Amino acid sequence: MQTDLITQLILCVPEIMIATGALALLLTGVFIRGYSYTIVTWLAIAVLVAAVVLLATSPCDGTVFGDALIIDAFSRFSKILMLVSTIAVLVISMSCARAEKFDKFEFPVLILLATLGMMLMISAGNMLSLYLSLELQSLALYALTAINRDNLRSTEAGLKYFILGSLSSGLLLYGISLLYGYTGYIGFAEIADVIAKQRIQPGLMFGIVFVIAGLAFKISAVPFHMWTPDVYEGSPTPVTAFFASAAKVAAVALMSRVIISVFGASVTVVSDSMPVWQKMIIFIALASMMLGAFAGIGQHNIKRLMAYSSITHMGYVLVGLAAGTVTGIQSVIIYMVIYVAMTLGCFAFILAMNNHDGYVENIYDLAGLIRNNPFMTIIMTICLFSLAGVPMLAGFFGKWHTLGAAVGAGFVPLAVVGILSSVIAAFYYIRLIRLMWFDEPKAPFRDVPIDLCLVLILSGSFILFYIFFGIWISPWAEQAAQSLFLML
Amino acid sequence: MMTHQWPILSTVTFLPLFGALLILMIKDDSDNAKRNIRNVAFLTTLFVFILSLIVWAGFDNTDPGFQMEERAKWLGGGISYHMGVDGLSVLFVVLSAFLMPFCILASWETIKHQLKDYMIAFLILETMTIGVFCALDAVLFYIFFEASLIPMFIIIGVWGGAHRVYASLKFFLYTLLGSLFMLVAIMVMYWQTGSLDILILLNHKFSFHMQVWLWFAFLASFAVKMPMWPVHTWLPDAHVEAPTAGSVILAGILLKLGGYGFLRFSLPMFPLASARFAPLIFTLSIIAIVYASLVALVQGDMKKLIAYSSVGHMGYVTMGIFAANEQSVEGAIFQMLSHGIISSALFLCVGVIYDRMHTREIVAFGGLINKMPKYAAVFLILTMANIALPGTAGFPGEFLTLIGVFRVNHFVACIATTGIVLSALYALYLYRRVILGTLKKENLKTFVDLSFREKFILYPMVILALLFGMYPAPVLNVIHCSAELLVSNYNNAVQAHAGMVFLQ
Repeated sequence: MQTDLITQLILCVPEIMIATGALALLLTGVFIRGYSYTIVTWLAIAVLVAAVVLLATSPCDGTVFGDALIIDAFSRFSKILMLVSTIAVLVISMSCARAEKFDKFEFPVLILLATLGMMLMISAGNMLSLYLSLELQSLALYALTAINRDNLRSTEAGLKYFILGSLSSGLLLYGISLLYGYTGYIGFAEIADVIAKQRIQPGLMFGIVFVIAGLAFKISAVPFHMWTPDVYEGSPTPVTAFFASAAKVAAVALMSRVIISVFGASVTVVSDSMPVWQKMIIFIALASMMLGAFAGIGQHNIKRLMAYSSITHMGYVLVGLAAGTVTGIQSVIIYMVIYVAMTLGCFAFILAMNNHDGYVENIYDLAGLIRNNPFMTIIMTICLFSLAGVPMLAGFFGKWHTLGAAVGAGFVPLAVVGILSSVIAAFYYIRLIRLMWFDEPKAPFRDVPIDLCLVLILSGSFILFYIFFGIWISPWAEQAAQSLFLML
Repeated sequence: MMTHQWPILSTVTFLPLFGALLILMIKDDSDNAKRNIRNVAFLTTLFVFILSLIVWAGFDNTDPGFQMEERAKWLGGGISYHMGVDGLSVLFVVLSAFLMPFCILASWETIKHQLKDYMIAFLILETMTIGVFCALDAVLFYIFFEASLIPMFIIIGVWGGAHRVYASLKFFLYTLLGSLFMLVAIMVMYWQTGSLDILILLNHKFSFHMQVWLWFAFLASFAVKMPMWPVHTWLPDAHVEAPTAGSVILAGILLKLGGYGFLRFSLPMFPLASARFAPLIFTLSIIAIVYASLVALVQGDMKKLIAYSSVGHMGYVTMGIFAANEQSVEGAIFQMLSHGIISSALFLCVGVIYDRMHTREIVAFGGLINKMPKYAAVFLILTMANIALPGTAGFPGEFLTLIGVFRVNHFVACIATTGIVLSALYALYLYRRVILGTLKKENLKTFVDLSFREKFILYPMVILALLFGMYPAPVLNVIHCSAELLVSNYNNAVQAHAGMVFLQ
């Protein structure tokens, strides 16, 4: 028993390390005066890098604390992706935090706590650990949203996110209690067993719907997306980047696991060709793709634009998830990798939109940027073409995999709608490119800090050269996807 | 079969990217640097052209299958790297490589700002267009086909005319929407056959029901690119706003992607659907021929006139492809190649006087023959070639197409023939208004005739326009075997299906 506990603890060393790291850094921050922000940030990055290395080098699978945490290839892949994007967010946050005067050591500590929540989310193996990890992540994110507390928009966004987030937590908890009430279990595997053996009763169906709704809120899928544009716009830009990259990875991973290993087992009734979860996912995928594409057209604030853009992209991810096959989950994973690279590139660019008036967010400030700053413009152009799904670039392959998985599962109309919405969304990406390339120059931006340059170059080259190393990502993602199905 | 040899198709395709990389490293500040940029761009394209001639020289005219194939593992999930050419595609590779040096020369002095970006965009465009014709993997084809949008979008939008932004956005979104349907079709084909290799797809027999859906999805893409009536409206805008070299590429190569796609995918892979919907294509084609010619007649802008004439000429191509007999298919391919030379040369001609006057309005000119006799001669020959006068390169293509179509449908052939009369009408009318007459306008009196650079651009084109009119054999010989195979496979498929229906 003793050794059993130790092997279990060894499996979750990265989580333990981040938890203790967060607490230790909190103490460090209190005791160091003066440069505490810089030191704590670098230490936080060091902790995260160590966690990535640990994850990448320890290929052991298993469950921890009963069935509370599941460690498998899928969780490892998602965690590494999530941690890498967190590291990038911390790197790009530094110059902005200083300029906007929220360079307090609590910022990296809160990011670490949110990261811990996300890691637990990715590994969650029963409804209790799912809910607790989600709350840990959310509470840290509420505080992060409002971290720039002298800024009206930031505090407003924090409050909005808190109220709507609590609502969604309530929905989720209600759904979990219904699932518990009708199946008698909280473990994913046990619930799946019960669902697989019987016809779904109406109460259980309500439970499934509420749980999916609560999770859809976290990935800001339509119709649970209302908070996204406001929170994206109001939060400090590094926090927005964190929302758009790491938080999305964790939420998508959690949703995939719940869908595939819990609801995926549900038996189909003869009169009913499709399980309830699939109907729901298809609907929210369609709605997200279309709404994100149309609503983005009217946006002039680049952060709001990115919010609608992320809604559209979550729609594409859900298309892959709706397929519910190994290819589908593989496409979800690949899409998330590509999406994170594109998003981080865009947010590094937004953080570099800094002229003599300070940070600007209006898209018309980008006019004629190619004349003033060709480096930044070209990388952003690559990111935008990739977001629009133009071939050669990574974004195309993301769409190829998810829409292809949907076609493979027989959902051709879903793929057609995806294609249509990607043309509509292309309009606003192309409009940004048009502004940067074709219009007359406006006030030039300040020189891009070296840390932003680094992230810009990394994400730009990832997108551009995906055609070369995509060959390695696909099998890795396939392995991760298969591990999700092994549980069944 | 030639895998052990030097991968010449990949070299031809990706060499321009190497040139673009070189240009990227030149700092664009002094006149000296600008000269270097121009020279690198020109030499790269020239070298690619020479290599493409080597491809042509090494091409075996008697082999109807794919030659110079190259295979490599690539992204997985069915996507592989597979290049190769056959009689249908090899000459398009040569055409693309041939037009590029002229485009660089045509922009030698006219591009004042962001020269570096301009040349890089053109070299990337060259890679994409050559890649389309070499690709033998459906996704690879799609990637090249679609990625050619990016440089063209930027070329129109940055260096174009007054309404460039509108034109470039229209161009981009129109063609993107069309080609994405092809993407879904490719996915469906992948799940049907388990492969994306064009060779395997060519041999797979799709059910009739499937063929109809796939055929329409591919039609959506290629019809926009062609462009066929009624989805041609992006073309006049794009042509008018694009810089001269951009128009040349647009007319010379990008329009051919659609026709090539029909030959590579629609006709051989979906023969039953092609046979069923050939009347639809015929209808759209004759509307395009007659309507576009009439619209061309009333245009006040020279580039717009030539753009509409392109729509008309492409009508012959689509008609010829779907008439699906040897004459019509060979005629359609010849028509695409000759149109690639003739319309490109016409756009270059317009560019010559645009550089002097900075307007393309027909009414601004008149009587240029008095000041520019050489220009008048060049323009005359190209106008005649555009009308498809016997002896010029425009003739064999249209003639073969009409013969082929006549075998299938007399009525369509008769209507289409009126298009030749109409094209004579608008082309000669244009010639009279711009070149002939007395030189009345004051600002035209200072005009000088063709400079050395302009002669160097236009004379080779004129010579080719005459040469291939009088002696089309080198081109037709290359096309012949592959076209024959295409047509016989098509007929077999259609007959087998008819037999099955009869037995039932």
